[in-house]
Amino acid sequence: MTAFWLLAPIMVVAALGVVLSRKAVHSALCLAVVMISLAMMYAMQDAPFLFAVQIIVYTGAIMMLFLFVLMLVGVDKTDSLVETIKGQRLVAIVLGLLFGGVLVTVVAQAFVGPVVGLGEANADGNVHGLAKLLFNRYVFAFEATSALLITAVLGAMVLAHRERLEPRRTQRDLALERMQRYAEHGEHPGNLPTPGVYARHNAVDVPALLPDGSTSEISTSKTLRDRGVVRDGAFAGDVSVTMRRLEADGPERGRVEPPPSTPARHDGEEDL
Amino acid sequence: MTVEPFIGLSALLFAIGAIGVLVRRNAIVVFMCVELMLNACNLSFVTFARAHGNLDGQVAAFFVMVVAAAEVVVGLAIIVSIFRTRRSASVDDASLLKL
Repeated sequence: MTAFWLLAPIMVVAALGVVLSRKAVHSALCLAVVMISLAMMYAMQDAPFLFAVQIIVYTGAIMMLFLFVLMLVGVDKTDSLVETIKGQRLVAIVLGLLFGGVLVTVVAQAFVGPVVGLGEANADGNVHGLAKLLFNRYVFAFEATSALLITAVLGAMVLAHRERLEPRRTQRDLALERMQRYAEHGEHPGNLPTPGVYARHNAVDVPALLPDGSTSEISTSKTLRDRGVVRDGAFAGDVSVTMRRLEADGPERGRVEPPPSTPARHDGEEDL
Repeated sequence: MTVEPFIGLSALLFAIGAIGVLVRRNAIVVFMCVELMLNACNLSFVTFARAHGNLDGQVAAFFVMVVAAAEVVVGLAIIVSIFRTRRSASVDDASLLKL
């Protein structure tokens, strides 16, 4: 009984967490705690098969399905606190507490009679006993389960399927579109320029240099630009200034180059 | 081991799940609360199986698990298809049939 009194508070707190937490992901994690604790309760009550099934099917499969759909639908959505029916929340809580009170105080005390225990029923092993019941007395229910599962699979397929409303765009269509944009707006049809490459930096945040020494705006990612972390022109100034700065960093920084005035030197500077 | 604490805990979990279904607006959380209620029922099934000394309760709990798995698959597919058309998983937003 010690295990029960250890687990029960955890389960109740986690169940309250399912209901009360603002984020759906936290609810899902609390529900996983409840389910694993339930599996332990099954193990305590001579139900080893259900213990395994609870962990494998519920915690393993169903909870993962929940989390998967949560990630698909958007994790950062929190519940709105606006009530569409006035006073519905309060009434629901009061009625729910009354319901729980009645259940716990009345129904839970109503059981009379000695506890038989499963020692006799589990004599051949729990799985053996369950199989005997499942394939004799409950065999029609078992067969109906197969129909249910097939229906569920079909239902999920039908509901998740999406009809393609427009024809698939081929590579030719995309190329034509690109040329159309070039003709109308003058948008360059080729690749965007790659960012500058400097050994001292993560290259993606350094804009590429244009032939006239200025930086190319479109060579860096728009996200980085909006975040303001682009090293705008950190190395785009005069090449001789850059060289002096590099040399000031110390000799281990690398080679001291010939005078940085020739165009060839300019190229070399870029892939230092 | 007595039976009453298990039944009491199961009743408590069921009531918490019921409150959650009534209070929460996010369809996925509502689904989780339904799962909580199903699990609470499973706990009382297993407990009564032990109390009566036969395995019928455990078979019932097993069937509940199968039904819950099927229900979750279809329910989540419905949520995904609603989200796809309405960009929202709130149960309050799907109210076109209301007068």
